[in-house]
Amino acid sequence: MIRPFGWNEFLIIVMAAQWTIALSAIAFAGGGVGGLLIALARVCDIRPLRLASLAFIRVFQGTPLLMQLFLVFFGMNILGLAINPWIAAAIALTLHASAFLGEIWRGCIDAVPPGQREASTALGLRYYNRMRYIILPQAARIAVAPTVGFLVQLIKGTSLAAIIGFTELTRQGQIINNATFSPFMVFGTVAAIYFVLCWPLSLLAQRMENKFSRATQR
Amino acid sequence: MTEVTANASADVRGASDLAVCMEGVNKWYAEFHALKDINLSVNRGERIVICGPSGSGKSTLIRCINQLEVIQKGRIVVDGHDLTAGGKNVDIIRQETGMVFQSFNLFPHMTVLENCTLAPMKVRGKSKAEAETTARQYLERVRIPEQAAKYPAQLSGGQQQRVAIARALCMNPKIMLFDEPTSALDPEMVKEVLDTMIDLANEGMTMLCVTHEMGFARQVADRVIFMDRGEIVEIGTPDEFFGNPKHERTRNFLGQIS
Repeated sequence: MIRPFGWNEFLIIVMAAQWTIALSAIAFAGGGVGGLLIALARVCDIRPLRLASLAFIRVFQGTPLLMQLFLVFFGMNILGLAINPWIAAAIALTLHASAFLGEIWRGCIDAVPPGQREASTALGLRYYNRMRYIILPQAARIAVAPTVGFLVQLIKGTSLAAIIGFTELTRQGQIINNATFSPFMVFGTVAAIYFVLCWPLSLLAQRMENKFSRATQR
Repeated sequence: MTEVTANASADVRGASDLAVCMEGVNKWYAEFHALKDINLSVNRGERIVICGPSGSGKSTLIRCINQLEVIQKGRIVVDGHDLTAGGKNVDIIRQETGMVFQSFNLFPHMTVLENCTLAPMKVRGKSKAEAETTARQYLERVRIPEQAAKYPAQLSGGQQQRVAIARALCMNPKIMLFDEPTSALDPEMVKEVLDTMIDLANEGMTMLCVTHEMGFARQVADRVIFMDRGEIVEIGTPDEFFGNPKHERTRNFLGQIS
C-alpha cells in the first residue's frame, strides 16, 4: 500500500504546522507567565523562594526536554488522569519554557543598574511600582533579543512531542513517511517548514540585538 | 491609661523636635565595622556637611537615614518617626526624605518630566495634571524648564543632576540627603549644581550633604562633620571646623584636600 509522495501529502504536512505553531504559542504564553514569576522569585528578598526557583531552573535546565515530556506524560497516568498528549505536551513545554525564560529574564533584571532600584526606593516607591515602572521596563529592552532567540529553540523543541504521540509537524511527517516511504522527501519538507518558521525569528532577534547594542553605545 | 499615652508621646517628643536623631548607630558589612556608635542630632532647617576620606562611612551614614542601608544596632528617628521600628515608618520616612546620588540615577527610559511625576502620582496619589504642574515649577527652580520633554541621555551631567534634585523636590520632602552630588561632574558643571543646592539651603530646607566641596561647606553649612573609619571624629561650625580643628586626623584631612 505504498503511495507516492505527491502534492496532497505535501499539503497534509504543511497543515500539520498549525499544531506546531499552536503548541509553541501555548508553551510560550505559559512560559511567559511562569518565567516572569520564576525571574521575580530569583531576585526577591525571600530566601526560600529564591532557592526554590533556583532548584526549578536547575532541574529543567539539567534534564533533556524529552525526559520532561515523558515524566509529565506518564506522571499524569500515575496520578490517574487520562493520557492526553495535548495536555501533557503543553504542560511539559510550559514548565520547560518557564525555567529557561525565568533564567534569561533574571539576568536581564540583574543587568539594570542597582542605582535604579535605590533611586526609586528613595522616592518612596514600593516593590510593585518599582518593578512595574522602573526595573521591568528597562529589563524588557535587554530581554527582547534573547527571548526571541529562545522562542526559536522552543519551536524546534516541540518536535519532541511527536514521541508521546502528539500529532504536529514531525509526527505528521512520520505518518506520511510510513505511507509513502520516501523519507528524504518527507523529512526534507518537514525540516524546510521548521526553517520557514524559525528563520524570520532569528533575523528578528539579530536585528533587535543590533538595535539594542547601538542604543547602549550612546 | 492617659498617663501611659502621655509618657509614650513625651518619650518621642524629644526626638520629634529634631529632623534626624541617631543614637548609638552601628552598622557592619559582614566583618567590616562601617559605622561605630554614631550619635547625631540634626535640627529642623539645619544644614550639615559631612566630609572624610573614602571608606570613612559618610555615604553609609546618610543612606541609613532612608534605610537604603539597614543598621544592626542603635536607633534612628526621622521627623519623629522611628525608622528602626520598621513597618510603615520606613515608607513614611522615604516619602519625607529626598535623596540625590553621585551618579544621578535618573530613569533613562522616561523623559525628564516623567522622572519628576512618577513618584508623586504613584506614591502621593496626585493626578497627572497636578504632578506635572508641580514638576514644571521645580524644573523652573533648578533652571531647566525647557528640558522637560527630553530624555536624561540628551542632557549634560550638570543638567541631569539638577533634574535629580527637582525629582526629589517634587515629593515635597522635609529633609534632603545629598550623596557626593558633584563628584561625578566635570569641573565646569559643579557650580550650577552647587548654586541649586545653595538656593535650596537659603529656603530653609533641612540638608545632609556628603561632599568634598569645602567652599560650599563654608558658605552654607551650620555644622561640618568629619568622619574617619566609621566614626564621627569632629563636629563643629564651619568657623571652628576650618579655623581651629581640634583633632589631628581632621587637620591631616583638611591639609590634604586644600
